[in-house]
Amino acid sequence: MTFIRPNFRHPENHTNEIGYSIKNYEGALSTLCAGCGHDSISAAIIKSCFELNLEPHKIAKISGIGCSSKTPTYFLGKAHGFNSVHGRMPSVTTGANMANRDLLYIGVSGDGDTASIGMGQFAHVVRRNLNMVYLVMNNGCYGLTKGQDSATADKGSAGKKGVPSVFDSIDLCQLALQLGAGMVARSFSGDKQQLVPLIKAAIKHPGFAFIDVISPCVTFNNTPASTKGYEWVRDHLEATGTIDFIPEKSEITIDYPAGSSRQVQLHDGSELVLQKNANDYDLSSRKAAMNRIESVKEAGNILTGLIYHNENQGDTHASINTTQRPLNALTEADLCPGSAVLEQLNAGLR
Amino acid sequence: MKPTDTKDPEYFHKVVDCQYACPAHTPVPEYIRLIAAGRYNDAYMINWQSNVFPGVLGRTCDRPCEPACRRGRVEEEPVAICRLKRVAADNKTDISDRLPAIPTEKNGKKIALIGAGPASLTVARDLMPLGYEIDLYDDQHKGGGFMRSQIPSFRLPESVLDEEVNYILDMGVVTHFKQHVTSMRDMLAKNYDAVFVGTGAPRGRDLPNLPGRQDGDANIHIGIDWLASVAFEHTHKVGKKVLVLGGGNTAMDCCRTAIRLGGEDVRVVVRSPKSDMKASPWEIEDAEHEDIPMYENHNPKAFLTENGRLTGMVFEKVEPVFDDNGKRSLVPTGEEVTMACDDVLMAIGQLNSFPWIERDIGIEFNDWDMPEVDKTTFQTSLPNVFVGGDAAWGPENVITAVAHGHQAAISIDLYCRGESTAQRPAPEVNLVSQKMGFHDWLYDAHISDDERQIVPLIDKQQAIGNRKLEVEKGFDALQGYDEAMRCLNCDVQTVFETDRCIECDACEDICPVDCINFIDNDEEANLRENLKVKATNTDQDLYVSGELKTKRVMVKDENVCLHCGLCAERCPTGAWDMQKFLLHEATAGVKS
Repeated sequence: MTFIRPNFRHPENHTNEIGYSIKNYEGALSTLCAGCGHDSISAAIIKSCFELNLEPHKIAKISGIGCSSKTPTYFLGKAHGFNSVHGRMPSVTTGANMANRDLLYIGVSGDGDTASIGMGQFAHVVRRNLNMVYLVMNNGCYGLTKGQDSATADKGSAGKKGVPSVFDSIDLCQLALQLGAGMVARSFSGDKQQLVPLIKAAIKHPGFAFIDVISPCVTFNNTPASTKGYEWVRDHLEATGTIDFIPEKSEITIDYPAGSSRQVQLHDGSELVLQKNANDYDLSSRKAAMNRIESVKEAGNILTGLIYHNENQGDTHASINTTQRPLNALTEADLCPGSAVLEQLNAGLR
Repeated sequence: MKPTDTKDPEYFHKVVDCQYACPAHTPVPEYIRLIAAGRYNDAYMINWQSNVFPGVLGRTCDRPCEPACRRGRVEEEPVAICRLKRVAADNKTDISDRLPAIPTEKNGKKIALIGAGPASLTVARDLMPLGYEIDLYDDQHKGGGFMRSQIPSFRLPESVLDEEVNYILDMGVVTHFKQHVTSMRDMLAKNYDAVFVGTGAPRGRDLPNLPGRQDGDANIHIGIDWLASVAFEHTHKVGKKVLVLGGGNTAMDCCRTAIRLGGEDVRVVVRSPKSDMKASPWEIEDAEHEDIPMYENHNPKAFLTENGRLTGMVFEKVEPVFDDNGKRSLVPTGEEVTMACDDVLMAIGQLNSFPWIERDIGIEFNDWDMPEVDKTTFQTSLPNVFVGGDAAWGPENVITAVAHGHQAAISIDLYCRGESTAQRPAPEVNLVSQKMGFHDWLYDAHISDDERQIVPLIDKQQAIGNRKLEVEKGFDALQGYDEAMRCLNCDVQTVFETDRCIECDACEDICPVDCINFIDNDEEANLRENLKVKATNTDQDLYVSGELKTKRVMVKDENVCLHCGLCAERCPTGAWDMQKFLLHEATAGVKS
């Protein structure tokens, strides 16, 4: 019985700009089922953080309960982590974020953790526009308890048991749009070319960035009758456009045909380049995004890619005017400014 | 690219770098696993079947397998394959009951082998079990050829050589030792069904035109002749100051033998820069370990003599200069160096020599006065005469001679049965899944992080004091185990079945060395550019699948694959499987 990842890596694999190798971004070996889409998403997160030259110790990964919420063990082993209570990832992230705004928060959740037990928490974290990446690994079933339909299982979709789901599904992207998220995207675990730039953009987005990643459960929900299986999803993908993430200061090496692409400047100078397709719409219009999701759904397909993007939504810190520094960096002098300040304050209230 | 044809045994054979690089194609990982399992007899027999002299080669092989070893590309140092072979040989018990049975009823064919070196002995080993009668001729009093006369006892104890030579002679080979064959015509007149020439490259190069060569003759020796004379106990001492000319393995043996025979100031003097010396790096290392200095860029100019006795040598210093094509020439600097000496040993190359083959008996000779020998069949233009080992195309090494012997034996057997020698028998190939169950493989897939084990040596002063004392102690059982575990099991192949793949990317994500890619198909050069990590080592193949559902293909760069099995471990559909590829080269008697 051997199942240990070797310590050797490709000798020609280079380090990134801050001197780390990809190994510095890996986590423990996955214990999920072989072929699980979640592992691909973990790999996409590893790749994104490596390529963005992020320091692993400046990242916090927070999750709830479920197969999806196990994954933070399998990526960014040198980052901070909190595997919290079922559906309570948003609260824990909110607390951590309020205490230290300098870290990058990656919240990982599943369809059960978000759309069922954690629905209340999800709604409020979106509404507050907490500065975080909220990633749902969406497989439409409760894999950890043997594959019962989840709240995102489409009506009529059937998993391994063969019984079609009788309820309407919750579309998390629509929900996030409605609740005021600044960035909303959907992707597929089997399409890293799309997923990696989306994760990068989400990391760079100031405010709440939501990515719903369809991630097939190979064990319980990868049947031809399931709308969350590899085959069905591949056959029904409809992307808003091909997306590229161009880091700050780097040259754009790809030639985009004139008029066919749109650049979205991000606050740190990096750029998102979206190659339009025939059904292009205004990405910063919530209404247009809603319409597009609906019309693609009507055609029996799944809309993927960057669905909505608005950098000016603001985040929780801005809304409630918090301190710029992490709480643990505040000194006694900052917290107890002395009797003179108290006098002044009291005088202002008289 | 077209999908890789894994039905062609050549593809997977090439992945097993060590076996592919070995002239005899010994299934290296197979016997290394047996060593790790403590099955030394089994490991020894796999070697014996393939390379005939495991104990000898485990000490002296030129080890082309080691530079080829994949571990050397992943980590710095390859697996110590050669010394592992010795572990099998040292720890085996009596294997005589495993040797092939020799038919008492012969097949009526008689073969003469000229020269009792590794090539001839291999021919005998392969043909005796088939019922051939064999006469072996050699001018020495024992078998082994250059393995006996040139490899000093401190590297290869006589008992090890005797044992492995005798396994063959004891099959009933009729030996004609101390018989110098002087005429091929006479040999052919004895009406053998076939004659095999395995006489090696017996003539050492000389510097006949250097001033003082004649005057100093008593103390100027040809390296290989001098080594033979030491091996056969004709020479027991050497002068205090000894110059060894040449930078090959023979020079290393000469200098190390000289310090054991009383040489106090022994120097190796080489024409070329030290980095270009022909000796194997480990043999240079061994000589340096015994404090033998090497003088590079010294071109011999003259022998100095006084009253008809050698007193020294004059060298002209040179420096390497490279022209625009990178071709090196050694240009004199004008500086001259004189070194005093009592003896000079010349180890500056070996030549073939066939004064005993008459040129009018039907064996064609080429422009270099060497017999024309077919590269595949080892047959000469006289159909019943075969040539192999160093005798065929000049000095190589023991393992190459063994490989030649196997092929010549196949040809001789085909010839004697009246079949075409061009019709070569196919190797025996087997490909078997290693899957036992969940996370459970028939091979140990765990990759050891250990660095290469260092072979322990005996005390230096003790070693130099006794010419017959073996310097290397060899790995003990534990070291042997640790070293064996460094093997990556490259023969356990990653076999991909296109139809089963659901493109979940699990294998691509888990692969620790990023070999696996799912990309759009293209020409080989473009594919190599477009992989996750560019496939820059063009000696290593790309494994390309058929077209997948998304029109992409799986492309695996074989270069640094660890054969850890994680791709198969993480594959939900069994599209990847780890299958052991075992290839045994054909030997004489296998029907083609």
